[in-house]
Amino acid sequence: MNDFANLISELDRTNSTNKKVDALVQYFNEADHRDKVWAIALFSHRRPKRLIKTTLLRFMAAKTAKIPLWLFEDSYHIVGDLAETISHLVCQKERNPHNAMTLHEIISHMIKNRGEDEEKQLAFISSQWESMDFYSCFVFNKLITGGFRIGVSQKLMTRSLAKSTGIDEDVIAFRLMGNWDPKHITYEELILSPDKDALSYKPYPFYLAYALDKKIDELGSPQDWCYEYKWDGIRVQLIKRKDQIMMWSRGEELITNQFPEIQNLKDVLSNGTVIDGELLVYKENKVGSFNDLQKRLGRKNVGKKTMEQYPIVVRAYDLLEYHTTDWRNETYDQRRTQLESLVEKLNHPLIQLSDRYHIQNWEEVRHAYHNARSNRSEGLMLKQRNTSYKIGRKKGDWWKWKVEPLTIDAVLTYAMRGHGRRSNLFTDYTFALWKSSENGQNELVTFAKAYSGLTDAEFKDVDSFIKKNTIERFGPVRSVHPELVFEIAFEGVANSSRHKSGFAVRFPRILRWRKDKSINDANTVDDLKSLIPNG
Amino acid sequence: MKKPLLIFSDKGIHCPIADVYIDAWKPVKKNIVTHGHADHSKWGHQHYLTHHYNVPIIKHRLGDISAQGLNWGETVLINGVQFSLHPAGHVVGSSQVRVEYKGEVWVFTGDYKREDDGITTPFELVRCNTFITECTFGLPPFKWRPQREVMNKINQFWEECKQTNQTAILFAYSLGKAQRLIYNLDQSIGTIYTHAAVENMNEVIRGIKNLPKTVRITSETKKEDLIGNLVIAPASTQGSPWLRKMVPYVTATASGWMTFRGSRRRRAIDRGFVLSDHVDFSDLMTTIKESEAENIICTHGYKEIFSKYLSEIGYNAYVENTPFEESHNMIEDE
Repeated sequence: MNDFANLISELDRTNSTNKKVDALVQYFNEADHRDKVWAIALFSHRRPKRLIKTTLLRFMAAKTAKIPLWLFEDSYHIVGDLAETISHLVCQKERNPHNAMTLHEIISHMIKNRGEDEEKQLAFISSQWESMDFYSCFVFNKLITGGFRIGVSQKLMTRSLAKSTGIDEDVIAFRLMGNWDPKHITYEELILSPDKDALSYKPYPFYLAYALDKKIDELGSPQDWCYEYKWDGIRVQLIKRKDQIMMWSRGEELITNQFPEIQNLKDVLSNGTVIDGELLVYKENKVGSFNDLQKRLGRKNVGKKTMEQYPIVVRAYDLLEYHTTDWRNETYDQRRTQLESLVEKLNHPLIQLSDRYHIQNWEEVRHAYHNARSNRSEGLMLKQRNTSYKIGRKKGDWWKWKVEPLTIDAVLTYAMRGHGRRSNLFTDYTFALWKSSENGQNELVTFAKAYSGLTDAEFKDVDSFIKKNTIERFGPVRSVHPELVFEIAFEGVANSSRHKSGFAVRFPRILRWRKDKSINDANTVDDLKSLIPNG
Repeated sequence: MKKPLLIFSDKGIHCPIADVYIDAWKPVKKNIVTHGHADHSKWGHQHYLTHHYNVPIIKHRLGDISAQGLNWGETVLINGVQFSLHPAGHVVGSSQVRVEYKGEVWVFTGDYKREDDGITTPFELVRCNTFITECTFGLPPFKWRPQREVMNKINQFWEECKQTNQTAILFAYSLGKAQRLIYNLDQSIGTIYTHAAVENMNEVIRGIKNLPKTVRITSETKKEDLIGNLVIAPASTQGSPWLRKMVPYVTATASGWMTFRGSRRRRAIDRGFVLSDHVDFSDLMTTIKESEAENIICTHGYKEIFSKYLSEIGYNAYVENTPFEESHNMIEDE
């Protein structure tokens, strides 16, 4: 595994994107094909299942390091990364030129021995720890703990693979889509010369828009553009090929089985059709909230009742393949015209059209934008009419113009240390709002957690405040003297029985630190409730 | 119950019998200073007592103060209390303070490390009844490699920068880490350039110890001169216009905090070398054992966790708060 550990160490020791690509290219040029498939899988979040329960692993690491378990746990919360903590504690060697097992051998061993008794697993892990240097140990621990986020984006990996193989980057991106299995696939099959049959089970790479970074007037002639509403569900590709219906999420998950009703489209859509759209809950002629949709996600067995209670629909944005022909290089106008006639012809309750609007002047667009939230959308998409469907996040032809988030002023009440680059800093916060209790007293009630939105300098100040104003410690969590007020932004709010405040907010983050406000100026739970859209 | 020899007051570590303070953080009459870092040597005391190496260092920082320099082991008797200073090995002129009264001995370590770094007078073990120890790195993940090994890596880093025609920028605290690095770097690779804050301190240290040649960066310095050479600068210069003039460069820092991948990534520094002027966990444990003290007082750093661990394995250990820790910055604290 040394060459892969070296790669991770190389990637770790630079902040330059070019140098990271160089290191990846060198790895892809030199490594064993079987190792490369696993490296690609790991960098694209297709990691093997974890080998062992982490509680057992923590216990074993503490024992190996000859320290009590609580000291291990405290160390972990400060280091902010389990695999790294273990490596610091158990790894004795600085450099070990001969760790015999390769990356794919270690993973194969893990897969083969999953389910074996714990003693055997522990003996294997222990023998690896003894023979490894820090980075090998760190990578190994990442593998067995089942998390493998290492600061290489899929984009960076795709670029490096393209550079190493000489194959076009967009082609590589497509080949890496879908649910290929690193256990069985070879490097040839995956990257170098995949057969057509394999490709027919893959979605296309999604085209993603950047947030509008200028005034809309600066986009040029309004007649060259259309706008659509941006719906707050899950972006999906609905595929019919080889008599099969498939639905892929933007996160490249195959979600066909979570939504059995889409099988009804099997006889409706013709082979070789790919529709890009938004999966939404749609009930009584209204778009449901994201919260509603979440009731349908991640379920292995979908009951009839759930399906009736939260009926879904795919709102079609775009047509990527039609009559087995790739339409992505057609213009938006052409794709949409075809899509519109297709959806109309299908006339099926599971597929709706997401309307597009031609633009005469920008004023209309501004007007639509201001009404976007009451339309139950999260903003607008602006699309240039004569352009093709691109791959990944690209600037220029598409822009997203999201509505301003909802905001509320809340009090910092609990804090935890962060992970990754925020290790050893208190950066994960819990916020509370005022609520009058039965005896008429006001109390602070937790309503959301947030850990983004402050600058590094602000995090440092808040971190120092927390250390000086800790009331109590609950393991890694500290309750903090209520004093600091922050403006919290979020995309939506819905009733929730699972939250203490009675409400769930979507994508909360810190907008700004309100140094000008005292805790008495913070908002109430009733203020939050008033932000729920009517009807 | 007998009154403790040293107490933690709101002004500093205080010996009430002698009315002497150690590393006081508020103005007092008589203050013993362990070393020259800002959180330990504050301005405004009437009289300073410190090792004579440290006198020019704190005068450089604090201006014209009344300071008396002592030799290692030299004793000062005040109202029956005997004070003496012993090498702490942290930075040039850094001491532990030994306090003895009627046969009872207390030691305050200040900041310390056990490994001989070549330029600092090496740590001397002082046995005592009560041991007040810093525990900045009092967690088991902190494990230092021998200096020789780390310096080899830093020299190799410099060599790589030279081969790729870039300037190696090494961030280091102006007092201590900077001179330790300069003393141990392989000068056959090239020239060591310094930021003014570092060079000013170098000039002070040169009056005490021999330090290899370094070149001060001025407005006259051309960036072509720097290519392939190494620059030592305070961490505060990261991202500053002063640094931007030096492209192409690669940045690195040497600190105990570089143990964590997250610390380095957060700072967006290219290379992190784990090199500390504090004791690591294992040296802390060794020192506590060798001190043969009955009582251990933990200050500075992960003191709650560390003290809990000491208590669990049978020491009489507890925590005292000092303002040192809150001024702890991830990089600048050493």
